[in-house]
Amino acid sequence: MDATVDVGLQRLNFVRAPDTWVTKLFDYKPFLVFLCLLPSMGLLVVFLTYPLGLGLWLSMTDTTIGQPGHFVGLENFQELMDDPVFWMSVTNTIFYTVVATAGKFTLGLWLALLLNHHIPFKAFIRAIVLLPWIVPTVLSAIAWWWIYSPQFSIVSYVFVDLLHWSDTYFNFLGSPWPARWSLIVANIWRGIPFVAITLLAGLQTISPSLYEAALLDGASGWQKFYRITVPLLMPILAVALTLSVLFTFSDFQLVYAITRGGPFNTTHLMATLAFQRAIPGAQLGEGAAIAVSMIPFLIAATLLCFFGVGRRKWQQGEAND
Amino acid sequence: MATVSIRNVRKTFGSTEVLHGVSVGIEDGEFVILVGPSGCGKSTLLRMIAGLENISSGEIAIDDRVVNNVAPKERDIAMVFQNYALYPHMTVRDNMAFSLSLANMPKSMIDQQVQRAAGILGLMPYLNRYPRQLSGGQRQRVAMGRAIVRDPKVFLFDEPLSNLDAKLRVQMRAEIKELHQRLTTTTVYVTHDQIEAMTMADKIVVMNSGNVEQIGAPLELYDRPNNLFVAGFIGSPAMNFLKGTVANGAFRTDDGTTLPLPNASPGAEGRPMVYGVRPEHFQLSGDGLPATVHVVEPTGSETQVIATFAGTQVLCAFRERVTAKPGETIRITPTQALSHVFDAATGQRFVA
Ligand SMILES: Nc1ncnc2c1ncn2[C@@H]1O[C@H](COP(=O)(O)OP(=O)(O)OP(=O)(O)O)[C@@H](O)[C@H]1O
Ligand SMILES: [Mg+2]
Repeated sequence: MDATVDVGLQRLNFVRAPDTWVTKLFDYKPFLVFLCLLPSMGLLVVFLTYPLGLGLWLSMTDTTIGQPGHFVGLENFQELMDDPVFWMSVTNTIFYTVVATAGKFTLGLWLALLLNHHIPFKAFIRAIVLLPWIVPTVLSAIAWWWIYSPQFSIVSYVFVDLLHWSDTYFNFLGSPWPARWSLIVANIWRGIPFVAITLLAGLQTISPSLYEAALLDGASGWQKFYRITVPLLMPILAVALTLSVLFTFSDFQLVYAITRGGPFNTTHLMATLAFQRAIPGAQLGEGAAIAVSMIPFLIAATLLCFFGVGRRKWQQGEAND
Repeated sequence: MATVSIRNVRKTFGSTEVLHGVSVGIEDGEFVILVGPSGCGKSTLLRMIAGLENISSGEIAIDDRVVNNVAPKERDIAMVFQNYALYPHMTVRDNMAFSLSLANMPKSMIDQQVQRAAGILGLMPYLNRYPRQLSGGQRQRVAMGRAIVRDPKVFLFDEPLSNLDAKLRVQMRAEIKELHQRLTTTTVYVTHDQIEAMTMADKIVVMNSGNVEQIGAPLELYDRPNNLFVAGFIGSPAMNFLKGTVANGAFRTDDGTTLPLPNASPGAEGRPMVYGVRPEHFQLSGDGLPATVHVVEPTGSETQVIATFAGTQVLCAFRERVTAKPGETIRITPTQALSHVFDAATGQRFVA
């Protein structure tokens, strides 16, 4: 046995050649780290940094479609400052995000709580809840467009022709506020599955014995909800809220398919306005500037959601005393 | 402090009945242990006392008040769950204060109660920690603390020690017993560990597949098991059973060996019987019956011997040190007064 060890050691010594610059380089830790990070950095650069950088660059040029632009500094942004349509898109986006998110979370949480109980046809209801999420957004947007159509709306049909509650067909999308609310309803409908299913997953991680313990401790149904369920749901709620705010804030498909920003640009969100200006309007630089102005809002919203409601001390991996 | 009466209680889940008419009377301040093999319905019975399961038929009364239709929180009981069920988002202090704050107790009184409970359980240094920052034993103590702050009429424990390691289990066993002696609150404790039952209980309820097999003080069950199930379940290592019949005032095993009967039992003549003798009730004696040794296991304080005796493999535990080798023959005899006879057909203890 000793003999084999000796042979092994000898062989090791034998193989160990004098250090060349290649071996030295590969033994140098920062270089090795850099080397290992290279593939993922490459992916990030190609798919994230390049488009983002291009957008940033475009927003500071006067590029139009078919014409390479010149660097104009912050001129595009200065113009936006005096642009009432841009400011309306900003307030629209904030209003749309706040109201739709509130709606989605109220209804989504309610559905999740319902589905977390033993109710008949649970699997069936869960499948139905998922439907709006499965249907491609453009398809559902077209469906909503039909529902809101001035001539063919099923809602108008029910209220006017069946119930005779009203004489004239509703014009959902004809004036600014009804159009905005119509879009919000469609967005809530579309966003509920994500919220409900995510929160349901969160609810199912809460051990039933906690509720039994609370029951014996004398908690009422409402007390169990806000002293046990809500705090334990917070971490997953924070993640869902962040993602949902991001999706809603940068929503494009629903609005563009249902109203195209109309009537008279009153329902434009920042995303649809950016597209409108950049592609049909051919002002690539200006469109890019609008898109870039979304970034600070998105970062602020993310930070607020994540640090506002996320990360609790009782969770794993954080010291508290 | 309270009495608990369980009267002919049945429980059905769907169409299967899991408790078939259980009756237990629990005195004020008593420490009662429900023990039995897994799935026999101990937890179900405990949860029925707590109000977490409804009662399919029969009655449960706490202090003469029938609680079948009383909500759990009005029953004035506290329960320690097997997995402790501590609220992960609350500190130890808040976990213990939870029930008191729900009862709208003034803040200063809550503090006082929590301090008292934490003092009793040695939890003072941990009041500001979260459950995840505690060891298993400390969590177990918090679960008990949550129960004792309320000063309930009855404590319910569902296998509170089964998640702990062997050493800690022995320590906590002593702590719970001491706590009971100090608070003298009526306690119902579920376990499947008969040693836990023997060491802690004032009264043991042995259950088997939804029925109560026997109720009694630990040593009563050890000395006079009512039937084969209790005889085999209580005591460790388990009792040895030898099949045979009673003939001419003695027990004759199937292979013809004659064993002394604990008492004259003329009524048993000719019927198939089971002779039970605990390992520690075999004696080495020169004029005993031969037994062929298979395995000798010295544990220090005693020597356990597995041997073939009267055609059956038995386990004996001797205070003496046995030097016999496997294959050799030793001479042993069951202690006459401490052996048991059961009816083979019904499993019931045979009393003359
Ligand atoms: N919710 C339920 N639905 C249907 N059957 C159940 C339910 N809860 C328990 N049972 C059945 O009732 C019987 C008793 O269960 P229980 O939990 O009381 O056993 P146990 O004595 O506590 O066992 P263990 O020592 O393993 O905890 C088991 O056969 C179990 O399968
Ligand atoms: Mg159990």
